[in-house]
Amino acid sequence: MKKRSIHSYQKPWIVLFIAPALILTFIFTVIPAMTLLSYSLFSWESFKRIEFVGFANFERLTQFPFRQDFTLAFSNNVKVFFLLMFVQTSVGLLLAYAIYTLKRGKKFFQAVVFLPVIMSLVIVAFIWKLIFDPLFGPINSLAVQMDWPWLNQPWLGEPGMALYTLIFIGFWRWVGFPAIVFLAGMNSINDEFLEAARIDGASEGQIFRKIIFPLMAPSFTIIAILTFIGAFEWFELPYVIGGVTGQPGGSTTTMALLFYRLAFGTVDSATVDVGMSSAIGVVLFLFVGIGAALGSYYLRKREVQQ
Amino acid sequence: MSKIKAPASNRVTHVGTEVLLKGALIINALGVFLPLVFMINSSFRTSSELFTSPLQPASSFDLTNYKLVLTEGNFVNFFMNSFIITVSATAIVIVFGSSAAYALARYSFKLNGLIYIFFLAGLLIPAKLALVPLFIQMKNMGLLDSRIGLILVYAAGAMPAAVFIFTGFIRALPADLDNAARIDGAKEYQVFARVMLPLIVPVTGIVGIYSAIPIWNDFLLPLVFVRDESKMTIMQGISVFFGEYGADWGALFAGLTMAALPLVILYVILSGKFIKGLTAGATKG
Repeated sequence: MKKRSIHSYQKPWIVLFIAPALILTFIFTVIPAMTLLSYSLFSWESFKRIEFVGFANFERLTQFPFRQDFTLAFSNNVKVFFLLMFVQTSVGLLLAYAIYTLKRGKKFFQAVVFLPVIMSLVIVAFIWKLIFDPLFGPINSLAVQMDWPWLNQPWLGEPGMALYTLIFIGFWRWVGFPAIVFLAGMNSINDEFLEAARIDGASEGQIFRKIIFPLMAPSFTIIAILTFIGAFEWFELPYVIGGVTGQPGGSTTTMALLFYRLAFGTVDSATVDVGMSSAIGVVLFLFVGIGAALGSYYLRKREVQQ
Repeated sequence: MSKIKAPASNRVTHVGTEVLLKGALIINALGVFLPLVFMINSSFRTSSELFTSPLQPASSFDLTNYKLVLTEGNFVNFFMNSFIITVSATAIVIVFGSSAAYALARYSFKLNGLIYIFFLAGLLIPAKLALVPLFIQMKNMGLLDSRIGLILVYAAGAMPAAVFIFTGFIRALPADLDNAARIDGAKEYQVFARVMLPLIVPVTGIVGIYSAIPIWNDFLLPLVFVRDESKMTIMQGISVFFGEYGADWGALFAGLTMAALPLVILYVILSGKFIKGLTAGATKG
C-alpha cells in the first residue's frame, strides 16, 4: 500500500511515536554491541580499561591457555549443533506428521508436544539434574531395582557422557518447537497437490517424500538457522548442570560459558579478563552472524515454490 | 484402484505407518509428562522417603515442603519481582512498539527506510554476547541491582521484533479508516489511539506472548545484573534456593513445582495462543 506524504503538523507526532522505541533499542542493544568491538581491542584490569592493544586479545585466543579452552568449547558447540539438528529435525518431523495425520485430538497433542518449550530452561535443567542424580535419582534407582546395568550409568558424572546427556535434555525441552513449525508448514500445503498425487495412485510414503517434504523447505531453513544460533549461544543448560567451568572435568564447557567465565570469574577464582571475553564475544558474534546469513542464503536457494 | 478422498482427510492408509506415528505421539506424551509427574509427586514427599524409594507415589498431599519454600525461600518476593518486571517490560514493548510501527507503516518521511533497517539490525544483535559492555554501561547508569534496569533491557531486547510484527500487521490494514477519522477532525494521537489500537488487538496478544514468556523465563540477565536477593526474579531465586537447600530434595521439588506452575497453568488455558505467539516469526500466519 502507498503511504501518504506527510503534512508539517504531523512531524512532531511521528517523532513522538518513534522516539521511545528507537532510543530504548539504541541505548540497550546497539551501543553495547558497538562497544563490545572496542572493548576487545583494549587490555583490562577487572572492569577498568587500561590501554589500546590492537588485535592482541584475538592473537592470545590462538595461544596457551586460551587456545585449548577455546577449541574444546567450540568443538562442544559444534557437537551440540549437529546432534540437536539431526535429532530435533527427524523427531520433530515425525511428531509433526503424526499430528498432521490425526483425525481427532490434534489440539491436545499439539499442546502436549509444545509444553516443554514454554518452560524455563533453568527449571528444566534442575528437574533433569535431580532425575539423573547418580545416588538418589529415579533413573539410576530404577536401574538398580530392575537390574538393568545399561541404564545404570553416570549420566552427568562422566566426561565422555555428560555432554550427550545435556544434549538430550536440550532436545527434550525444544523438540516441540520444530514439530509445531513443521506442522504449520504441512498445514500450509495446498490440498490439491495431495489430491492430485492420490488420484495418480501415489503411496503415502511417496506423497510424503516427493510432495510434503520438498514443500516444507522454508520451515527447515528457519529451524536450521534457529538451531544454529541456539547451539552456538548455549548457556543456561550447561551452566545450571555443569557449572560455569563445565563439570565434569570441563567436558561440558561451551563458548558462552567461556565468555561468561572470562568476564565474571568462577566461584573459586576471580581471574577475569574483559578484553579476552570481548574478543570471544566478537568472534562468536561474527561466526553466528555470518553462519546464519550464509546458511539462510544457501537454504533459500534450494526452496521450491508452491 | 485408488479412490478419491475428501480434501481434509490426510489419512494414513498403511497400518504399520499408523502404528509408528501414533506410537511416536504416545511415547512423546509419556516423555513430556513423566518428569513433570515425578516432580509434582516428589514435592509431596519427605527427602528421606525420596532417598529410599524415589519412584513411590506420595501417600498424601503433604504440604510441608511448600510451607518451607514459602517461609524460608522468599518465593513470594521472587514471584512479585518477576511479575512486575515481565508486565512492565511487555507493556513498554506493546505501547512503544505499536506506536513506532504505526508511524513506520503509515507515514512516508525521509528517514523511514533507515529507521526500519535500524530495527532490523537490532533484531539480529544477540543481546547475550554484548553482556559485558552492557554490564559496565548499567553499572555507570546506576541500573545494577534494580528492577527498572532489567525492565529497560528486556523492553529494548524485545522491541525490534515487536516493531516488525506490528508493522507487518498495520501495513495490511486499509488506510481509509484513519483518513476518515482525520476528515472527522481527529488529531494524530487520536487516530492512533481510537482507530488503530482497537484494530491491532489480535496481534497485540501475539507480541505480548512473544515478548513476555522469554522475559519471565530468563535467567542470564538477572544472574549478571542482580546480586541483591530482594530484587531477584523467580528463575534466579530458584537457583539460589538450590544452593541453600541442596540436600532437601522434597523442598527442591516443591520449589521447582511452584516456579513452573504459573506458566504451565496459563498454558493449559491458553495453549493455542501460546503456540501461535511463540512461533510467530518462524511460521507464516
